[in-house]
Amino acid sequence: MELNGNVPSGPIAEKWTKYKSSMPLVSPDNKRRLDIIVVGSGLAGAAAASSLGELGYNVKCFTFHDSPRRAHSIAAQGGINAAKNYKNDGDSVYRLFYDTIKGGDYRAREANVHRLAEVSVDIIDQCVAQGVPFAREYGGMLDNRSFGGTQVQRTFYARGQTGQQLLIGAYQSLSRQISLGKVTMYNRHEMLDVVLVDGKARGIITRNLVNGKLERHAAHAVVLATGGYGNVFYLSTNAMMCNVTAAWRAVRRGAYMANPCYTQIHPTCIPQYGDYQSKLTLMSESLRNDGRVWVPKKMEDAKAIREGKKKGVDIPEADRDYYLERRYPAFGNLVPRDIASRAAKVVCDQGLGIVPTGLGVYLDFADAIQKYGKSKAHSMNLENPSAKQVWELGQKVVEEKYGNLFEMYEKITGEDPYTNPMKIYPAVHYTMGGLWVDYNLQTNIPGLFALGECNFSDHGANRLGASALMQGLADGYFVIPYTIGTFLANEIRTPKFDTNSQAFVDAENDVRSRLNGFITNGGKQSAESFHRRLGKIMWEYCGMARNAEGLTKARKMIQALKEEFYADLYVPGTADEFNPELEKATRVADFLELGELMCIDALQREESCGGHFREEHQTEEGEALRDDVGMAYVSAWGWKDTSLEPELNKEPLVYENIKVAARSYK
Amino acid sequence: MKLNLKIWRQKNAKDNGRFENHQVVANEHMSFLEMLDVLNETLISSQKEPVAFEHDCREGICGTCSLVINGQPHGPQNGTTTCQLHMRHFKDGETIVIEPYRAKAFPVMKDLVVDRSAFDRIIQAGGFVSVDAGQAQDGNAVPIGKEIASKAFDAAACIGCGACVAACPNASAMLFVSAKVSHLALLPQGQVEAKKRAQNMVHQMDEEGFGMCSNVTACEAECPKGISVENIARLNREYIGASFTANK
Repeated sequence: MELNGNVPSGPIAEKWTKYKSSMPLVSPDNKRRLDIIVVGSGLAGAAAASSLGELGYNVKCFTFHDSPRRAHSIAAQGGINAAKNYKNDGDSVYRLFYDTIKGGDYRAREANVHRLAEVSVDIIDQCVAQGVPFAREYGGMLDNRSFGGTQVQRTFYARGQTGQQLLIGAYQSLSRQISLGKVTMYNRHEMLDVVLVDGKARGIITRNLVNGKLERHAAHAVVLATGGYGNVFYLSTNAMMCNVTAAWRAVRRGAYMANPCYTQIHPTCIPQYGDYQSKLTLMSESLRNDGRVWVPKKMEDAKAIREGKKKGVDIPEADRDYYLERRYPAFGNLVPRDIASRAAKVVCDQGLGIVPTGLGVYLDFADAIQKYGKSKAHSMNLENPSAKQVWELGQKVVEEKYGNLFEMYEKITGEDPYTNPMKIYPAVHYTMGGLWVDYNLQTNIPGLFALGECNFSDHGANRLGASALMQGLADGYFVIPYTIGTFLANEIRTPKFDTNSQAFVDAENDVRSRLNGFITNGGKQSAESFHRRLGKIMWEYCGMARNAEGLTKARKMIQALKEEFYADLYVPGTADEFNPELEKATRVADFLELGELMCIDALQREESCGGHFREEHQTEEGEALRDDVGMAYVSAWGWKDTSLEPELNKEPLVYENIKVAARSYK
Repeated sequence: MKLNLKIWRQKNAKDNGRFENHQVVANEHMSFLEMLDVLNETLISSQKEPVAFEHDCREGICGTCSLVINGQPHGPQNGTTTCQLHMRHFKDGETIVIEPYRAKAFPVMKDLVVDRSAFDRIIQAGGFVSVDAGQAQDGNAVPIGKEIASKAFDAAACIGCGACVAACPNASAMLFVSAKVSHLALLPQGQVEAKKRAQNMVHQMDEEGFGMCSNVTACEAECPKGISVENIARLNREYIGASFTANK
């Protein structure tokens, strides 16, 4: 089936403005009669719940955390993009739009991305007004830095904790609406199903994680803002509890999952060090503003470093390969994430890795310390400063910029990154794929909306740095408050829903029997152990490089693992109590199905684009080779009944404003 | 490394709870929570109930993890959350005592899990700027000095983990409340509502059953984010000032 993105007509720069002025509205009085469920309280969810509450709707907001402030948006480090052009360096809405489309390797919907670039400027204003303590210059103006894939400085930041500060801003707005009675907050409630009445999303089934009670909640519309599914790889930079269950339950009720194979592997994470490891830690992309990525040129040096006989600092300048600067002179260390990650894989595959596992490269700040030290000495009128003085001054500047990241690195690795270059390796970080939504952010199920990382809409096949925070807040503060009206304007006469209706009873029974199935399964292995095994399959065959043979094999392996899961899963305790193992089991069960769909999607997509690299489709220099004739579409998979093959729906990607070109950062 | 663990077990809020002894084999590169993961895997494989503890981001920013380790919230290392604490800071053969936070306002729910929703209610009482989406002026319209922005950030860096309450002999929440009051009172955007905010948040803090501050400053010593007790001084100033001048 061909899908329609419902993009409004007109020139791209006027679409959103015109659409906003002509879309159906819900009057203030009618808003009071309408109920909206928001699932998730991260940037997108908290922003949506508070903004919809401000408008006058009755909002119920759900999170499985103990508090809305814990959502994983909090861990975003580097920053948030906005086309403010405060730096006077040629930025504009068009340029942010263009960079994002190109960064996404021409696999995102033009109109959505342009809208994102337009509202980006409002987000910064909104956050400043909420009291977000962004970095400032001495004159009191907002400071900016650079991120990958751009040649302007448009990234706003709050030290290395931008996500935390933005989330706390959204959390505080949400808290205000809770205190005003416009939002009812349900902490420690996990959504386990979406309820459809006459084909429209009208409610959810949740489990109270404290006492295990299943609850039915009804509303006129349901908004999912439940994040990404990177944890399907088990090891990722996602928080431990991030999962796909809410989105996947929607898929099982008929929603489409779009481009599930587009996974972002972030180039700068702390390398893996042991089998017991539970997660990988990101080192912000902002570090690539000043850090230089390299490996030794000589095989014997790399080997000596791996065996602990040499250190990075022992390798003379001439024997280092700054491979990003060499391969991509125009963007250097600030190439987009997918490109930096693959380049790291290439050198490590050649045997030049510098950690015992062979999977690690250097991120070196020695030059930055020198550069900043000299400039600081100059500004202090120090004549002929000693090498030690320069180093100390430079170290201070670097500490001011990245102190908390360096500290975190030292805590985890026990090594001092000021004196020894950091060791990094790519890790799963973000998922561009997600629930298919139209221009209104509505899924193919009427009344069911998806925001933030949970949807697929804005990042194409690769997301640029500092764009996730932008999208989450754009969707929550400035898009859904308008677009939800296009659905709700036709619902003003719809009375409140009875949660004793058959649809709710059936959905609750489904959930109960699924949970009881896990509890009474009577096997031997923990959910965690299955999750680790799934992750290994995904990383091996559906990770940084994929091929048809591996993907076919992976699908079979996942099917076998799923069978073993249902035969030999052991969940301790009961369903009527606080039971984290039961929570894990429900999530792993859904990851198993999603993982299979990711392999199917990756196999079907016969091209390389962004985070999806098929070894069969590459140029002679090893760059990704897209197929703009055959594959310029969104793959939206329907998979209600997983005993059948999934059904592929396509939304053609039409580029009216940007010339589709080979993506070059050289 | 072999470790002896003395862990608090408590079925639910009504149960009395008791310590239980366990042994676990770990290595020094593991994080403290990964060590507990190993223990739980062992318990599950012998069909015993795993120890419930809270955790999420495991990078020291979400504030979900807690634990009192050998008498110290978040364990022995300064400026570190439990999830960022690594086993290299412990000795082979050591006995480690692991308890939940102890505070009237943070009731134990199960094993090492406590209910910290009192913090949410304190923020709801006034820990925000009353601005709706769409109302804001340009972000550069009001210049904010670099030092003020930086000070506000220092206060805003609080992760809401509750270690300050667990560290305090009075189980006071003054450091948490003062961090939010300071963050917003320092910035021009937050000054409009500063007086009412200080009064309402302090009132809610008392309602929740947190104790009084007696300047022990254990909160600052144990705070994983280094939130300073200077904020408490500022809160006191704001509160007293508000008591004399705010419109009731």
